[in-house]
Amino acid sequence: MIAYIIRRALYAIPILLGVNILTFVLFFVVNSPDDMARMHLGMKRVTPEAIETWKAERGYDKPLLFNESSQGVDQFTDTIFFQKSLKLFQFDFGSSDSDRDIGYDISQRMWPSLAIAIPVLIVGLMVNITYALLIAFFRATYIDIWSVVLCVVMMSISGLFYIIGGQYLVSKLLHLVPISGYDTGFSAVKFLILPVLIGVVGGIGAGTRWYRTLFLEEINRDYVRTARAKGLSEVVVLFRHVLKNAMIPILTGVVVVLPLLFMGSLITESFFGIPGLGSYTIDAISRQDFAIVRAMVFLGSVLYILGLLLTDISYTLVDPRVRLS
Amino acid sequence: MSDILLNVKKLETWLGDGERPVRAVDGVDLKIRKGETFALLGESGCGKSITALSLMRLLPPSGRIKGGQVLLGDTSLLDLPEYAMREERGGRMAMIFQEPMTSLNPVLTIGQQIGEAVKIREEADSSSLRQRIIELLDSVGIPDPERRASEYPHQLSGGMKQRVMIAMALAGRPELLIADEPTTALDVTIQAQVLSLLKALQKQTGMAILLITHDLGVVAEVADRVAVMYAGQIIELAGCEHFFRKPQHPYSQKLFKSLPDSKKRAQRLAVINGTVPALNQVFTACRFIDRCHRAFEACEQAPEWTQLESDEGVRCHLAGRADQWLREAPAEEPDHLAGQAEGMASLLEVKGLKVHFPIHKGVFKRTVGYVKAVDGVSLAISPGKTLALVGESGCGKTTVGKGILQLIKPTAGSVSFASDELTQLSGSALRNRRSELQIIFQDPVASMNPRMLVGDIIEEGMKAQKIVRNSEQRRSRVAELLEQVGLPSDAASRYPHEFSGGQRQRICIARALAVDPKLIICDEPTSALDVSVQAQILNLLKSLQSSRGLAYLFITHNISVVAYLADEVAVMYLGRIVERGAVDQLLASPRHPYTQALLSAVPVADPNLKRKVIRLEGDMPSPANPPAGCHFHPRCPVVMDQCRLACPELLEQSDGRHVSCFRVEKGL
Repeated sequence: MIAYIIRRALYAIPILLGVNILTFVLFFVVNSPDDMARMHLGMKRVTPEAIETWKAERGYDKPLLFNESSQGVDQFTDTIFFQKSLKLFQFDFGSSDSDRDIGYDISQRMWPSLAIAIPVLIVGLMVNITYALLIAFFRATYIDIWSVVLCVVMMSISGLFYIIGGQYLVSKLLHLVPISGYDTGFSAVKFLILPVLIGVVGGIGAGTRWYRTLFLEEINRDYVRTARAKGLSEVVVLFRHVLKNAMIPILTGVVVVLPLLFMGSLITESFFGIPGLGSYTIDAISRQDFAIVRAMVFLGSVLYILGLLLTDISYTLVDPRVRLS
Repeated sequence: MSDILLNVKKLETWLGDGERPVRAVDGVDLKIRKGETFALLGESGCGKSITALSLMRLLPPSGRIKGGQVLLGDTSLLDLPEYAMREERGGRMAMIFQEPMTSLNPVLTIGQQIGEAVKIREEADSSSLRQRIIELLDSVGIPDPERRASEYPHQLSGGMKQRVMIAMALAGRPELLIADEPTTALDVTIQAQVLSLLKALQKQTGMAILLITHDLGVVAEVADRVAVMYAGQIIELAGCEHFFRKPQHPYSQKLFKSLPDSKKRAQRLAVINGTVPALNQVFTACRFIDRCHRAFEACEQAPEWTQLESDEGVRCHLAGRADQWLREAPAEEPDHLAGQAEGMASLLEVKGLKVHFPIHKGVFKRTVGYVKAVDGVSLAISPGKTLALVGESGCGKTTVGKGILQLIKPTAGSVSFASDELTQLSGSALRNRRSELQIIFQDPVASMNPRMLVGDIIEEGMKAQKIVRNSEQRRSRVAELLEQVGLPSDAASRYPHEFSGGQRQRICIARALAVDPKLIICDEPTSALDVSVQAQILNLLKSLQSSRGLAYLFITHNISVVAYLADEVAVMYLGRIVERGAVDQLLASPRHPYTQALLSAVPVADPNLKRKVIRLEGDMPSPANPPAGCHFHPRCPVVMDQCRLACPELLEQSDGRHVSCFRVEKGL
């Protein structure tokens, strides 16, 4: 298995290099540093000198790939590609266009993101599995039919509606928690309750419906019939036999998103004014701060590859039939 | 009548709701005595499995029991509330299923799965529980039970899994064991092991066995009494010996006639025309009337059950009319299938064929070994002849077929077909030769594109090979082919799923014939089919051979089919051929110990023929790690020291056959 992990890590290198080159082309060739400078300086103050100074301050004045004026290795290292793009591999994100250290910002802002994402994941998983098991127990009855209808209705409602409707109902009408904002330490809890609740409710439709399918698929398997033939009760059959097998796809589906929890949720965080990585990215996009966007794109792809690797490893832990090689 | 253990009266089970429910079980009466083996015989779809599931009250959600009574001892099972029924399930009555591969939970260990069956019946702390699990595993003959108890199902072979299923069933000390096709998915040598295990356990515990099967051989082997089921009803009930000596119902008689064997080589097999009627109707006539060769006016009325002797009976209007009865059925049109001219040069000659699959390991996937699926196979087929390649699952026989067709590139060896070396051809040269070699697969459903019309499926090969360029002519040729394989001409504009299993296999044969091949590789073409349907396909293959001069490489594990169809036989074990020779010679007096064991394990449909089964211990080893020396030596009952060291050559014997065994070499 160690050999498998090493091989997968080696496979990740060309993928990340591809992501790196693609973002480099998008951000520095398609959209040249001159364009960036003009955008940031605004229309009035644009003079050739101002552009040059803006670029020099941020290190965008270097050649893209090859520096003729330098000597030796510097010909390759003293370029935008090396300084801005390849350095991402060291997780050296540089500073944003507004001159803040991106690495520091990320390390600060990932905690609020996690504070929402982790409870949403765990509570959501518990609610969805419980509900889906309940439906599986009452399969082919009215409880089953109406639950599926409810799930489809909930899936069909836009996520924005849950957020806006939730804020209106819980905060504006009932005054239970603040509409938006954030605080440090324990007092953050009152700001977190509503976004977590909405995250869970918004996920019930799709999640429960999928888990129900998984459970029903397992319930019709031969080994479940064997378990019943032993004289086991329906509850034991469901929990010991069906749940344990259905947990394989459920768990691996969860593991693949685990690393991406760091990235936060773009929409929820902006609507609730939570200073996480999601709102960080949204803000950077609207400010055209491409240094941050580049860093987040790269970080996202690293975490995604990590997620896939973790999925494969988690298979070997929950499914005795799978051995990686 | 205190010795009756299970008494089923007028059991009726329906599947599905709506307008026309399927009456899968339609008034079944059964009495099973303590300690006896009662066989319920029938073809697929006759309702025998649904009967068993009804007894256990384990029907699928769409099924429900409409009426009748099931008495286990004095307990009326159908009146029990669900919680009390759970006591009986796995307690006084236990069940094992057809597919041991899927019937065990893949994520729980063997020990856990047996343990939970033990725990619900007896108080046990963890050490005595473990003791009991090991005891159970030991009683079903699983070697090294301590280690096996903590293994997962996928680590066990098919035969081992079925033993685990039996161990689980024994956990509740049942009085009745329902075995639903317990050996159908297993190889014959493993089947022999499991059947003798069941017999031994029965002797030990005195439990009764309700054996559900479609295999007359298995019935003859183990049953005391037989009930034949057809279209949801029991149509004949008899003592085993009596049944095999003189079957009463026309259906039973036809079943026997449709069994292939060597004595019927020169003739067509009897077939039962048509198919089992759909069970979603109310019958007024006899259910067998459309397929019965002896039907007469009275059969328009459904026949009542006629008691013949004390506990034998038959559901047929002919019952008791001895004169009518003994007259032979009108003889099938005499159709002597002419043999082909002898002594022609080989059409296909395979020499030293090897197919090895690399095993990769490590960071850079170095090749650390090979799965030697086929390891030096040589064989030859003359035009118009049939060579049967016989072996158990995993011996590499299918890979030989694919290697010959160059669907898998052979690692080494030569395949010469009509004096062309196929292994040297590639690209269009190889594609052009493909019209001469065709293949028919085991599973006709999976081997046809479900979204293509039957006509297009048959036509496709002709287009690819540019045999008939004109679409008009192609269509008339498709119609011709369909007629040849016995399908209506409108079949061309229908989809594969609209046909029954046997008809689908006919379509596959038509597809292979479309490009005018000289050789067809038949990869287990009948093993997914019922006996009567199998007879139809075998008849078709045989008549096509005599009319077109086709050669067949017939890959199978079914010895009786070999005896009926083949001219020559090659027996394969773990990637190598161990014995090869003319069919009558080899089947009558096998010389390799594996062939001897294999043939002795085949159940024969004759309870008086007490054959001695040579029992092979254990399973076939993995081809990734074959034993040194002779591949068969770890299981060989007559192994010698020499066999462990070197592998014997496949040598020609004085009687013309080839055997690879040191004993035979030395004339022992």
